[in-house]
Amino acid sequence: MAKKLMKGNEAIGEAAIQAGCRYFFGYPITPQNEVPEYMSRRLPEVGGVFLQAESEVSAINMVYGAAGAGARVMTSSSSPGISLKQEGISYIAGSELPCVIINIIRGGPGLGGIQPAQSDYFQATKGGGHGDYNLFVFAPASVQEMVELIMESFDIADYYRNPVMILGDGTLGQMMEPVEFNPVKKRDLKPKDWATTGCAGRERNIVNSLSLVAEELEDHNIKLQKKYQEMKDNEQRWDLYKCDDAELVFVAYGTTARIVKSAVNQLRDQGIKAGMLRPITIFPFPEKAFAQLPDSVKAFLAVEMSAGQMVEDVRLTVNGKQPVHFYGRTAGVIPTPAEIIKVAKEILGGER
Amino acid sequence: MKLVFERPKALTDRQTHYCPGCTHGIIHRLTAEAIDDLGVRDKAVGVASVGCSVLAYEYFNCDMQQAAHGRAPAVATGIKRVHPDNCVFTYQGDGDLASIGMAEIVHAAARGEKITTIFVNNAIYGMTGGQMAPTTLVGQKTTTSPYGRQAEHCGHPIRISELLATLPGAAYVARVSVHDVPNILKAKKAIKKAFEVQMSGKGFAIVEVLSTCPTNWGMAPLESLSWVKENMMEYYPLGEYRTPEEVK
Repeated sequence: MAKKLMKGNEAIGEAAIQAGCRYFFGYPITPQNEVPEYMSRRLPEVGGVFLQAESEVSAINMVYGAAGAGARVMTSSSSPGISLKQEGISYIAGSELPCVIINIIRGGPGLGGIQPAQSDYFQATKGGGHGDYNLFVFAPASVQEMVELIMESFDIADYYRNPVMILGDGTLGQMMEPVEFNPVKKRDLKPKDWATTGCAGRERNIVNSLSLVAEELEDHNIKLQKKYQEMKDNEQRWDLYKCDDAELVFVAYGTTARIVKSAVNQLRDQGIKAGMLRPITIFPFPEKAFAQLPDSVKAFLAVEMSAGQMVEDVRLTVNGKQPVHFYGRTAGVIPTPAEIIKVAKEILGGER
Repeated sequence: MKLVFERPKALTDRQTHYCPGCTHGIIHRLTAEAIDDLGVRDKAVGVASVGCSVLAYEYFNCDMQQAAHGRAPAVATGIKRVHPDNCVFTYQGDGDLASIGMAEIVHAAARGEKITTIFVNNAIYGMTGGQMAPTTLVGQKTTTSPYGRQAEHCGHPIRISELLATLPGAAYVARVSVHDVPNILKAKKAIKKAFEVQMSGKGFAIVEVLSTCPTNWGMAPLESLSWVKENMMEYYPLGEYRTPEEVK
Protein backbone atom coordinates (compact mmCIF):
# COMPACT_ATOMS: atom_id res chain seq x y z
CA MET A 1 0.00 0.00 0.00
CA ALA A 2 1.31 3.45 -0.92
CA LYS A 3 2.29 5.88 1.76
CA LYS A 4 -0.13 8.69 2.40
CA LEU A 5 0.57 11.99 4.13
CA MET A 6 -1.81 12.19 7.07
CA LYS A 7 -2.31 14.25 10.17
CA GLY A 8 -1.81 12.16 13.31
CA ASN A 9 -5.37 12.60 14.57
CA GLU A 10 -6.87 11.56 11.22
CA ALA A 11 -4.54 8.59 11.01
CA ILE A 12 -5.86 7.50 14.41
CA GLY A 13 -9.37 7.41 13.00
CA GLU A 14 -8.40 5.53 9.86
CA ALA A 15 -6.33 2.99 11.82
CA ALA A 16 -9.30 2.27 14.06
CA ILE A 17 -11.61 1.77 11.08
CA GLN A 18 -9.07 -0.53 9.38
CA ALA A 19 -8.97 -2.55 12.61
CA GLY A 20 -12.74 -3.07 12.49
CA CYS A 21 -13.85 -0.30 14.84
CA ARG A 22 -17.37 0.69 13.81
CA TYR A 23 -18.51 2.77 16.77
CA PHE A 24 -17.11 6.01 18.08
CA PHE A 25 -18.47 8.17 20.88
CA GLY A 26 -16.71 11.43 21.64
CA TYR A 27 -16.84 15.04 22.68
CA PRO A 28 -14.86 17.95 21.23
CA ILE A 29 -11.66 19.03 22.97
CA THR A 30 -8.44 20.50 21.59
CA PRO A 31 -5.97 19.14 20.43
CA GLN A 32 -7.76 15.97 19.27
CA ASN A 33 -10.77 17.34 17.40
CA GLU A 34 -9.71 15.87 14.07
CA VAL A 35 -10.34 12.38 15.50
CA PRO A 36 -14.11 12.78 16.03
CA GLU A 37 -14.34 14.91 12.87
CA TYR A 38 -12.69 12.19 10.82
CA MET A 39 -14.87 9.50 12.40
CA SER A 40 -18.05 11.49 11.75
CA ARG A 41 -17.10 11.56 8.08
CA ARG A 42 -15.77 8.04 7.65
CA LEU A 43 -17.86 5.79 9.91
CA PRO A 44 -21.12 6.21 7.97
CA GLU A 45 -19.22 5.15 4.82
CA VAL A 46 -18.40 1.79 6.39
CA GLY A 47 -21.77 1.20 8.03
CA GLY A 48 -20.64 2.36 11.46
CA VAL A 49 -21.98 4.91 13.92
CA PHE A 50 -20.39 8.14 15.06
CA LEU A 51 -22.18 9.90 17.88
CA GLN A 52 -21.21 13.17 19.52
CA ALA A 53 -22.11 12.81 23.18
CA GLU A 54 -23.20 15.61 25.50
CA SER A 55 -20.05 15.17 27.59
CA GLU A 56 -16.98 13.00 27.99
CA VAL A 57 -18.78 11.34 30.88
CA SER A 58 -21.61 10.32 28.62
CA ALA A 59 -19.27 9.33 25.76
CA ILE A 60 -17.32 6.84 27.87
CA ASN A 61 -20.58 5.35 29.17
CA MET A 62 -21.79 4.93 25.58
CA VAL A 63 -18.49 3.11 25.01
CA TYR A 64 -19.31 0.92 28.02
CA GLY A 65 -22.73 0.06 26.59
CA ALA A 66 -21.41 -0.61 23.08
CA ALA A 67 -18.44 -2.65 24.33
CA GLY A 68 -20.81 -4.63 26.57
CA ALA A 69 -22.96 -5.25 23.51
CA GLY A 70 -19.93 -6.81 21.79
CA ALA A 71 -18.81 -4.02 19.47
CA ARG A 72 -15.36 -2.75 18.55
CA VAL A 73 -15.58 0.76 19.94
CA MET A 74 -13.30 3.72 20.53
CA THR A 75 -13.34 7.15 22.13
CA SER A 76 -10.75 9.89 22.11
CA SER A 77 -10.13 12.96 24.19
CA SER A 78 -7.43 15.13 25.71
CA SER A 79 -6.34 15.46 29.33
CA PRO A 80 -9.25 17.31 31.03
CA GLY A 81 -11.69 15.16 29.06
CA ILE A 82 -9.83 12.00 30.01
CA SER A 83 -10.16 13.01 33.66
CA LEU A 84 -13.93 13.15 33.15
CA LYS A 85 -13.88 9.69 31.60
CA GLN A 86 -12.13 8.09 34.57
CA GLU A 87 -15.35 6.94 36.25
CA GLY A 88 -16.46 5.11 33.13
CA ILE A 89 -12.99 3.68 32.52
CA SER A 90 -12.98 2.18 36.02
CA TYR A 91 -16.38 0.55 35.32
CA ILE A 92 -15.13 -0.72 31.95
CA ALA A 93 -12.03 -2.23 33.55
CA GLY A 94 -14.11 -3.67 36.41
CA SER A 95 -16.62 -5.20 34.02
CA GLU A 96 -13.77 -6.45 31.81
CA LEU A 97 -14.94 -4.81 28.62
CA PRO A 98 -12.65 -4.25 25.62
CA CYS A 99 -12.32 -0.81 24.08
CA VAL A 100 -9.69 1.64 22.85
CA ILE A 101 -9.24 5.08 24.40
CA ILE A 102 -7.05 7.79 22.88
CA ASN A 103 -5.50 10.51 25.04
CA ILE A 104 -3.82 13.30 23.08
CA ILE A 105 -2.27 14.92 26.11
CA ARG A 106 -2.16 18.67 26.66
CA GLY A 107 -0.53 20.59 29.49
CA GLY A 108 -2.21 20.65 32.90
CA PRO A 109 -3.29 20.67 35.66
CA GLY A 110 -6.83 21.99 35.49
CA LEU A 111 -7.82 23.45 32.18
CA GLY A 112 -4.07 23.85 31.62
CA GLY A 113 -3.15 24.70 28.05
CA ILE A 114 -3.45 23.18 24.62
CA GLN A 115 0.23 22.52 23.92
CA PRO A 116 1.68 19.00 23.97
CA ALA A 117 2.59 17.38 27.28
CA GLN A 118 3.19 13.99 28.90
CA SER A 119 1.77 14.88 32.28
CA ASP A 120 -0.95 12.19 32.24
CA TYR A 121 1.51 9.29 32.58
CA PHE A 122 0.50 8.54 36.18
CA GLN A 123 -3.20 8.68 35.29
CA ALA A 124 -2.72 6.36 32.31
CA THR A 125 -0.40 3.79 33.84
CA LYS A 126 -1.49 3.62 37.49
CA GLY A 127 -5.20 3.08 36.92
CA GLY A 128 -6.56 6.61 36.75
CA GLY A 129 -9.96 6.04 38.30
CA HIS A 130 -10.92 4.30 41.54
CA GLY A 131 -10.04 0.71 42.38
CA ASP A 132 -7.16 -1.64 41.62
CA TYR A 133 -6.97 -1.86 37.85
CA ASN A 134 -4.68 -1.13 34.96
CA LEU A 135 -5.10 -0.17 31.37
CA PHE A 136 -2.90 -1.59 28.67
CA VAL A 137 -1.04 1.54 27.51
CA PHE A 138 0.90 2.18 24.32
CA ALA A 139 3.06 5.28 23.82
CA PRO A 140 3.80 5.66 20.10
CA ALA A 141 6.54 8.00 18.88
CA SER A 142 5.47 8.52 15.25
CA VAL A 143 2.27 8.63 13.28
CA GLN A 144 3.18 5.34 11.58
CA GLU A 145 3.85 3.61 14.88
CA MET A 146 0.63 5.04 16.30
CA VAL A 147 -1.32 3.59 13.36
CA GLU A 148 0.21 0.15 13.84
CA LEU A 149 -0.33 0.13 17.60
CA ILE A 150 -3.95 1.27 17.29
CA MET A 151 -4.65 -1.44 14.72
CA GLU A 152 -3.24 -3.98 17.15
CA SER A 153 -4.97 -2.44 20.16
CA PHE A 154 -8.43 -3.69 19.25
CA ASP A 155 -7.16 -7.26 19.23
CA ILE A 156 -5.30 -6.74 22.49
CA ALA A 157 -8.41 -5.23 24.10
CA ASP A 158 -10.50 -8.22 22.98
CA TYR A 159 -7.80 -10.72 23.96
CA TYR A 160 -7.50 -9.44 27.54
CA ARG A 161 -11.05 -8.04 27.81
CA ASN A 162 -9.39 -4.85 28.99
CA PRO A 163 -9.38 -1.21 27.88
CA VAL A 164 -6.31 -0.18 25.87
CA MET A 165 -5.12 3.42 25.96
CA ILE A 166 -3.01 5.13 23.34
CA LEU A 167 -1.05 7.88 25.03
CA GLY A 168 -0.13 10.49 22.48
CA ASP A 169 0.47 14.19 22.82
CA GLY A 170 -0.53 17.27 20.90
CA THR A 171 2.53 17.00 18.66
CA LEU A 172 1.70 13.48 17.55
CA GLY A 173 -1.93 14.38 17.01
CA GLN A 174 -1.29 17.54 15.02
CA MET A 175 1.74 16.72 12.89
CA MET A 176 1.58 15.22 9.41
CA GLU A 177 3.72 12.23 8.48
CA PRO A 178 3.64 9.66 5.72
CA VAL A 179 1.75 6.55 6.80
CA GLU A 180 0.72 3.24 5.35
CA PHE A 181 -1.92 0.91 6.68
CA ASN A 182 -0.54 -2.60 6.56
CA PRO A 183 -2.16 -5.63 8.17
CA VAL A 184 -0.92 -6.20 11.72
CA LYS A 185 -0.46 -9.38 13.73
CA LYS A 186 -3.83 -10.96 14.56
CA ARG A 187 -4.49 -12.77 17.79
CA ASP A 188 -6.59 -15.84 18.42
CA LEU A 189 -9.73 -14.35 19.84
CA LYS A 190 -12.54 -16.12 21.60
CA PRO A 191 -16.11 -15.31 20.56
CA LYS A 192 -17.72 -12.62 22.69
CA ASP A 193 -20.24 -15.02 24.22
CA TRP A 194 -20.53 -12.72 27.26
CA ALA A 195 -21.96 -9.77 25.31
CA THR A 196 -25.50 -8.48 25.88
CA THR A 197 -27.07 -9.06 22.49
CA GLY A 198 -30.41 -10.45 23.67
CA CYS A 199 -30.69 -13.87 25.30
CA ALA A 200 -32.36 -15.77 22.42
CA GLY A 201 -31.25 -19.41 22.59
CA ARG A 202 -28.91 -19.00 25.55
CA GLU A 203 -28.73 -18.06 29.23
CA ARG A 204 -28.89 -14.35 29.88
CA ASN A 205 -25.66 -12.32 30.04
CA ILE A 206 -24.92 -9.67 32.63
CA VAL A 207 -22.29 -6.93 32.29
CA ASN A 208 -21.52 -5.75 35.77
CA SER A 209 -18.84 -4.53 38.16
CA LEU A 210 -20.87 -4.73 41.37
CA SER A 211 -20.16 -7.44 43.91
CA LEU A 212 -21.44 -6.87 47.43
CA VAL A 213 -19.73 -9.90 48.98
CA ALA A 214 -16.17 -8.84 49.84
CA GLU A 215 -14.67 -12.28 49.27
CA GLU A 216 -16.27 -12.53 45.83
CA LEU A 217 -15.03 -9.07 44.91
CA GLU A 218 -11.57 -10.05 46.11
CA ASP A 219 -11.67 -13.12 43.86
CA HIS A 220 -12.52 -10.80 40.97
CA ASN A 221 -9.61 -8.55 41.90
CA ILE A 222 -7.26 -11.53 42.03
CA LYS A 223 -8.42 -12.50 38.55
CA LEU A 224 -7.79 -8.96 37.29
CA GLN A 225 -4.32 -8.88 38.85
CA LYS A 226 -3.51 -12.19 37.16
CA LYS A 227 -4.43 -10.60 33.85
CA TYR A 228 -2.16 -7.60 34.48
CA GLN A 229 0.66 -9.97 35.44
CA GLU A 230 0.14 -11.83 32.16
CA MET A 231 0.53 -8.50 30.35
CA LYS A 232 3.75 -7.85 32.28
CA ASP A 233 5.05 -11.30 31.39
CA ASN A 234 4.16 -11.26 27.70
CA GLU A 235 3.56 -7.79 26.37
CA GLN A 236 6.43 -5.50 27.31
CA ARG A 237 7.75 -3.59 24.31
CA TRP A 238 10.60 -1.17 23.89
CA ASP A 239 13.20 0.08 21.48
CA LEU A 240 16.91 0.36 22.25
CA TYR A 241 18.93 2.96 20.37
CA LYS A 242 22.75 2.93 20.44
CA CYS A 243 22.78 1.23 23.82
CA ASP A 244 25.43 -1.44 23.05
CA ASP A 245 28.32 0.42 24.70
CA ALA A 246 26.35 3.25 26.28
CA GLU A 247 27.49 4.89 29.49
CA LEU A 248 24.52 7.21 29.75
CA VAL A 249 21.14 5.77 28.82
CA PHE A 250 18.28 8.14 28.24
CA VAL A 251 14.79 6.85 28.94
CA ALA A 252 12.10 8.65 26.97
CA TYR A 253 8.83 7.80 25.22
CA GLY A 254 6.59 9.33 22.59
CA THR A 255 7.48 12.67 21.06
CA THR A 256 10.19 13.27 23.66
CA ALA A 257 12.02 10.15 22.46
CA ARG A 258 12.43 11.75 19.04
CA ILE A 259 14.07 14.81 20.56
CA VAL A 260 16.26 12.63 22.78
CA LYS A 261 17.33 10.65 19.72
CA SER A 262 18.74 13.85 18.22
CA ALA A 263 20.52 14.53 21.50
CA VAL A 264 22.01 11.00 21.51
CA ASN A 265 23.31 11.47 17.95
CA GLN A 266 24.88 14.82 18.79
CA LEU A 267 26.47 13.42 21.95
CA ARG A 268 27.85 10.47 19.95
CA ASP A 269 29.32 12.96 17.44
CA GLN A 270 31.13 14.52 20.36
CA GLY A 271 32.47 11.12 21.44
CA ILE A 272 30.09 10.69 24.38
CA LYS A 273 28.65 7.20 24.70
CA ALA A 274 24.95 7.89 24.98
CA GLY A 275 22.02 5.62 24.14
CA MET A 276 18.28 5.58 24.54
CA LEU A 277 15.75 3.14 25.91
CA ARG A 278 12.33 3.99 24.53
CA PRO A 279 9.35 2.33 26.21
CA ILE A 280 6.64 1.49 23.65
CA THR A 281 4.33 -0.06 26.23
CA ILE A 282 4.20 2.04 29.38
CA PHE A 283 1.83 -0.40 31.02
CA PRO A 284 3.26 -2.95 31.17
CA PHE A 285 6.43 -0.92 31.76
CA PRO A 286 9.34 -2.52 29.86
CA GLU A 287 11.31 -3.68 32.91
CA LYS A 288 12.86 -6.47 30.86
CA ALA A 289 14.63 -3.91 28.67
CA PHE A 290 16.80 -2.77 31.56
CA ALA A 291 18.12 -6.30 32.08
CA GLN A 292 19.38 -6.27 28.48
CA LEU A 293 21.52 -3.20 28.91
CA PRO A 294 25.31 -3.61 28.96
CA ASP A 295 27.49 -3.27 32.08
CA SER A 296 28.90 -0.07 30.61
CA VAL A 297 25.83 1.89 31.77
CA LYS A 298 26.80 4.34 34.48
CA ALA A 299 23.63 6.39 34.77
CA PHE A 300 20.13 6.90 33.44
CA LEU A 301 18.51 10.14 32.42
CA ALA A 302 14.74 10.14 32.07
CA VAL A 303 13.45 12.96 29.89
CA GLU A 304 9.76 13.80 29.88
CA MET A 305 7.36 16.57 29.07
CA SER A 306 6.20 16.45 32.68
CA ALA A 307 7.50 17.26 36.14
CA GLY A 308 8.75 13.68 36.45
CA GLN A 309 6.30 10.79 36.22
CA MET A 310 7.78 7.93 34.16
CA VAL A 311 11.06 8.50 36.02
CA GLU A 312 9.41 6.83 39.02
CA ASP A 313 9.00 3.61 37.06
CA VAL A 314 12.60 3.90 35.90
CA ARG A 315 13.77 4.24 39.51
CA LEU A 316 11.64 1.28 40.62
CA THR A 317 13.12 -0.82 37.84
CA VAL A 318 16.75 0.26 38.25
CA ASN A 319 16.25 -0.13 41.99
CA GLY A 320 19.35 1.81 43.01
CA LYS A 321 21.80 -0.07 40.81
CA GLN A 322 22.70 3.13 38.95
CA PRO A 323 21.78 6.74 39.56
CA VAL A 324 18.60 7.84 37.79
CA HIS A 325 18.44 11.49 36.79
CA PHE A 326 15.55 13.48 35.45
CA TYR A 327 15.03 16.35 33.09
CA GLY A 328 11.61 17.62 32.15
CA ARG A 329 9.71 20.57 30.77
CA THR A 330 6.08 21.08 31.66
CA ALA A 331 2.92 22.85 30.58
CA GLY A 332 3.44 22.42 26.85
CA VAL A 333 7.06 23.54 26.64
CA ILE A 334 9.03 21.10 24.50
CA PRO A 335 12.59 20.33 25.60
CA THR A 336 15.32 21.03 23.03
CA PRO A 337 18.24 18.72 22.21
CA ALA A 338 20.60 21.46 23.42
CA GLU A 339 19.02 21.54 26.89
CA ILE A 340 19.11 17.77 27.09
CA ILE A 341 22.76 17.60 26.01
CA LYS A 342 23.70 20.16 28.65
CA VAL A 343 22.03 18.11 31.40
CA ALA A 344 23.67 14.92 30.09
CA LYS A 345 27.12 16.50 30.20
CA GLU A 346 26.57 17.75 33.73
CA ILE A 347 25.63 14.26 34.81
CA LEU A 348 28.61 12.63 33.11
CA GLY A 349 30.89 15.28 34.54
CA GLY A 350 29.58 14.46 37.96
CA GLU A 351 29.90 10.71 37.49
CA ARG A 352 33.46 10.80 36.20
CA MET B 1 -56.17 -27.00 38.52
CA LYS B 2 -56.31 -23.92 36.35
CA LEU B 3 -53.28 -21.63 36.40
CA VAL B 4 -54.48 -18.11 37.14
CA PHE B 5 -51.34 -16.32 38.16
CA GLU B 6 -47.68 -16.83 37.41
CA ARG B 7 -44.37 -15.03 37.37
CA PRO B 8 -43.68 -13.18 34.13
CA LYS B 9 -40.96 -14.86 32.09
CA ALA B 10 -39.04 -11.61 32.14
CA LEU B 11 -38.58 -11.87 35.91
CA THR B 12 -36.13 -14.26 37.55
CA ASP B 13 -37.12 -16.56 40.39
CA ARG B 14 -35.29 -14.46 42.95
CA GLN B 15 -36.46 -12.84 46.13
CA THR B 16 -35.88 -9.11 45.82
CA HIS B 17 -34.07 -7.05 48.44
CA TYR B 18 -36.74 -4.33 48.42
CA CYS B 19 -38.23 -3.24 51.75
CA PRO B 20 -41.75 -4.33 52.75
CA GLY B 21 -44.32 -1.98 51.25
CA CYS B 22 -41.99 -0.58 48.60
CA THR B 23 -43.61 -0.46 45.17
CA HIS B 24 -40.44 -1.33 43.22
CA GLY B 25 -41.71 -4.93 43.13
CA ILE B 26 -44.94 -3.87 41.41
CA ILE B 27 -43.05 -1.72 38.89
CA HIS B 28 -40.61 -4.55 38.15
CA ARG B 29 -43.55 -6.82 37.52
CA LEU B 30 -45.32 -4.35 35.23
CA THR B 31 -42.13 -3.86 33.24
CA ALA B 32 -41.62 -7.62 32.94
CA GLU B 33 -45.26 -8.14 31.92
CA ALA B 34 -44.90 -5.53 29.17
CA ILE B 35 -41.76 -7.31 27.89
CA ASP B 36 -43.62 -10.65 27.96
CA ASP B 37 -46.74 -9.23 26.30
CA LEU B 38 -44.70 -7.81 23.43
CA GLY B 39 -42.64 -11.01 23.15
CA VAL B 40 -39.33 -9.15 23.26
CA ARG B 41 -37.56 -10.87 26.18
CA ASP B 42 -35.19 -12.62 23.78
CA LYS B 43 -33.96 -9.33 22.43
CA ALA B 44 -34.30 -7.22 25.55
CA VAL B 45 -31.25 -5.61 27.14
CA GLY B 46 -31.93 -3.81 30.40
CA VAL B 47 -29.70 -1.28 32.10
CA ALA B 48 -29.73 -1.19 35.88
CA SER B 49 -28.82 2.06 37.58
CA VAL B 50 -27.44 3.04 40.98
CA GLY B 51 -29.77 3.33 43.94
CA CYS B 52 -32.31 0.87 45.28
CA SER B 53 -32.70 -0.68 41.83
CA VAL B 54 -28.96 -1.29 41.52
CA LEU B 55 -29.61 -5.05 41.69
CA ALA B 56 -32.31 -4.97 39.00
CA TYR B 57 -29.99 -7.09 36.86
CA GLU B 58 -30.65 -9.91 39.30
CA TYR B 59 -34.41 -9.63 38.83
CA PHE B 60 -35.04 -8.98 35.14
CA ASN B 61 -34.69 -12.25 33.28
CA CYS B 62 -33.01 -10.90 30.16
CA ASP B 63 -29.58 -9.60 29.18
CA MET B 64 -28.59 -6.79 31.53
CA GLN B 65 -25.87 -4.20 32.00
CA GLN B 66 -25.23 -2.39 35.26
CA ALA B 67 -24.44 1.30 34.76
CA ALA B 68 -22.64 3.95 36.79
CA HIS B 69 -24.77 6.42 38.77
CA GLY B 70 -26.95 8.42 36.37
CA ARG B 71 -25.32 7.03 33.22
CA ALA B 72 -27.89 4.38 32.27
CA PRO B 73 -29.27 6.38 29.29
CA ALA B 74 -25.73 6.75 27.87
CA VAL B 75 -25.05 3.04 28.36
CA ALA B 76 -28.41 2.21 26.76
CA THR B 77 -27.49 4.50 23.85
CA GLY B 78 -24.29 2.53 23.28
CA ILE B 79 -26.19 -0.77 23.28
CA LYS B 80 -29.01 0.44 21.05
CA ARG B 81 -26.67 2.00 18.48
CA VAL B 82 -24.84 -1.31 18.17
CA HIS B 83 -28.01 -3.42 18.08
CA PRO B 84 -30.86 -1.24 16.77
CA ASP B 85 -33.21 -4.24 16.74
CA ASN B 86 -32.75 -4.99 20.43
CA CYS B 87 -35.30 -3.77 22.96
CA VAL B 88 -33.23 -1.59 25.29
CA PHE B 89 -34.55 -0.16 28.54
CA THR B 90 -33.22 1.63 31.60
CA TYR B 91 -34.67 1.34 35.08
CA GLN B 92 -33.72 4.37 37.16
CA GLY B 93 -34.66 6.09 40.38
CA ASP B 94 -35.04 9.82 41.01
CA GLY B 95 -31.58 10.40 42.48
CA ASP B 96 -30.01 8.58 39.56
CA LEU B 97 -32.09 10.13 36.79
CA ALA B 98 -33.11 13.56 38.03
CA SER B 99 -29.93 14.54 39.89
CA ILE B 100 -26.61 13.05 38.81
CA GLY B 101 -27.97 11.71 35.53
CA MET B 102 -29.89 14.79 34.38
CA ALA B 103 -27.60 15.44 31.42
CA GLU B 104 -27.74 11.83 30.23
CA ILE B 105 -31.54 11.57 30.34
CA VAL B 106 -32.16 14.98 28.75
CA HIS B 107 -29.76 14.29 25.89
CA ALA B 108 -31.00 10.73 25.32
CA ALA B 109 -34.50 12.22 25.00
CA ALA B 110 -33.26 15.10 22.84
CA ARG B 111 -31.57 12.66 20.44
CA GLY B 112 -34.78 10.71 20.25
CA GLU B 113 -32.79 7.70 21.36
CA LYS B 114 -34.96 4.66 20.71
CA ILE B 115 -34.92 3.32 24.24
CA THR B 116 -37.46 3.00 27.03
CA THR B 117 -36.88 4.47 30.48
CA ILE B 118 -38.75 3.39 33.56
CA PHE B 119 -38.28 6.24 36.01
CA VAL B 120 -39.20 5.42 39.58
CA ASN B 121 -39.87 8.60 41.55
CA ASN B 122 -40.28 8.20 45.29
CA ALA B 123 -39.02 11.66 46.20
CA ILE B 124 -36.07 10.41 48.24
CA TYR B 125 -32.71 8.60 48.08
CA GLY B 126 -33.64 5.15 49.33
CA MET B 127 -30.48 3.06 49.08
CA THR B 128 -28.24 5.53 50.88
CA GLY B 129 -30.68 5.98 53.73
CA GLY B 130 -33.22 8.70 53.01
CA GLN B 131 -31.43 11.83 51.82
CA MET B 132 -33.09 14.68 49.93
CA ALA B 133 -33.67 14.03 46.21
CA PRO B 134 -34.26 16.56 43.43
CA THR B 135 -37.86 15.35 43.54
CA THR B 136 -38.28 15.71 47.33
CA LEU B 137 -41.34 17.85 47.99
CA VAL B 138 -41.10 21.26 49.64
CA GLY B 139 -41.45 20.73 53.37
CA GLN B 140 -40.63 17.03 53.15
CA LYS B 141 -38.23 15.88 55.86
CA THR B 142 -35.25 13.76 54.86
CA THR B 143 -31.91 13.03 56.54
CA THR B 144 -30.34 15.96 54.66
CA SER B 145 -33.34 18.25 54.95
CA PRO B 146 -34.11 17.58 58.60
CA TYR B 147 -36.18 20.78 58.90
CA GLY B 148 -38.11 19.95 55.77
CA ARG B 149 -37.06 20.95 52.25
CA GLN B 150 -36.89 24.72 52.04
CA ALA B 151 -37.36 26.11 48.53
CA GLU B 152 -35.40 29.28 49.30
CA HIS B 153 -32.42 27.15 50.34
CA CYS B 154 -32.38 24.36 47.76
CA GLY B 155 -35.03 25.14 45.20
CA HIS B 156 -38.19 23.42 44.14
CA PRO B 157 -38.51 19.78 43.14
CA ILE B 158 -38.01 18.98 39.45
CA ARG B 159 -40.92 17.74 37.35
CA ILE B 160 -39.11 15.43 34.95
CA SER B 161 -42.05 14.43 32.75
CA GLU B 162 -43.02 18.05 32.07
CA LEU B 163 -39.38 18.92 31.40
CA LEU B 164 -38.74 16.06 28.97
CA ALA B 165 -42.06 16.59 27.19
CA THR B 166 -40.66 19.87 25.80
CA LEU B 167 -38.15 17.91 23.71
CA PRO B 168 -39.18 16.89 20.19
CA GLY B 169 -37.11 13.66 20.49
CA ALA B 170 -39.27 12.41 23.35
CA ALA B 171 -42.01 10.43 21.58
CA TYR B 172 -43.79 9.20 24.67
CA VAL B 173 -43.79 10.76 28.13
CA ALA B 174 -46.22 9.69 30.81
CA ARG B 175 -46.52 9.91 34.57
CA VAL B 176 -48.37 7.15 36.38
CA SER B 177 -48.77 5.90 39.93
CA VAL B 178 -49.04 2.45 41.49
CA HIS B 179 -50.74 3.37 44.77
CA ASP B 180 -53.96 1.49 43.96
CA VAL B 181 -55.25 -1.12 41.53
CA PRO B 182 -56.88 1.17 38.93
CA ASN B 183 -53.66 3.16 38.74
CA ILE B 184 -51.56 -0.01 38.53
CA LEU B 185 -53.61 -1.02 35.49
CA LYS B 186 -53.06 2.39 33.93
CA ALA B 187 -49.35 2.18 34.73
CA LYS B 188 -49.19 -1.20 33.01
CA LYS B 189 -50.74 0.28 29.88
CA ALA B 190 -48.33 3.21 29.85
CA ILE B 191 -45.27 1.00 30.33
CA LYS B 192 -46.39 -1.29 27.53
CA LYS B 193 -46.92 1.72 25.28
CA ALA B 194 -43.43 2.98 26.12
CA PHE B 195 -41.98 -0.30 24.87
CA GLU B 196 -44.19 -0.26 21.78
CA VAL B 197 -43.02 3.25 20.93
CA GLN B 198 -39.42 2.08 21.09
CA MET B 199 -39.98 -1.05 19.03
CA SER B 200 -41.83 0.87 16.34
CA GLY B 201 -38.86 3.26 16.15
CA LYS B 202 -40.80 6.40 17.04
CA GLY B 203 -38.24 7.75 19.48
CA PHE B 204 -37.48 8.06 23.16
CA ALA B 205 -40.10 6.83 25.63
CA ILE B 206 -40.26 7.36 29.38
CA VAL B 207 -42.76 6.44 32.05
CA GLU B 208 -42.39 8.20 35.39
CA VAL B 209 -43.87 6.04 38.10
CA LEU B 210 -44.70 7.61 41.45
CA SER B 211 -43.49 5.18 44.07
CA THR B 212 -43.20 4.79 47.82
CA CYS B 213 -40.40 4.53 50.35
CA PRO B 214 -42.05 3.44 53.61
CA THR B 215 -38.66 2.84 55.25
CA ASN B 216 -37.20 6.28 54.64
CA TRP B 217 -40.48 8.17 54.74
CA GLY B 218 -40.98 6.60 58.18
CA MET B 219 -44.47 5.40 57.32
CA ALA B 220 -46.37 2.14 57.29
CA PRO B 221 -46.97 0.74 53.77
CA LEU B 222 -50.63 1.75 53.62
CA GLU B 223 -49.87 5.22 54.94
CA SER B 224 -47.20 5.53 52.21
CA LEU B 225 -49.70 4.74 49.49
CA SER B 226 -52.02 7.44 50.83
CA TRP B 227 -49.07 9.88 50.95
CA VAL B 228 -48.44 9.33 47.24
CA LYS B 229 -52.05 10.10 46.49
CA GLU B 230 -52.43 13.05 48.84
CA ASN B 231 -49.07 14.75 48.50
CA MET B 232 -47.10 13.59 45.48
CA MET B 233 -49.90 13.57 42.93
CA GLU B 234 -50.72 17.20 43.58
CA TYR B 235 -47.21 18.34 42.62
CA TYR B 236 -46.70 15.56 40.09
CA PRO B 237 -49.99 15.30 38.13
CA LEU B 238 -50.58 12.00 36.37
CA GLY B 239 -51.15 11.74 32.66
CA GLU B 240 -49.61 11.44 29.24
CA TYR B 241 -47.42 14.48 28.59
CA ARG B 242 -46.45 13.49 25.10
CA THR B 243 -47.77 10.74 22.89
CA PRO B 244 -46.57 9.47 19.53
CA GLU B 245 -49.51 11.13 17.78
CA GLU B 246 -47.91 14.46 18.58
CA VAL B 247 -44.62 13.38 17.07
CA LYS B 248 -44.52 14.64 13.53
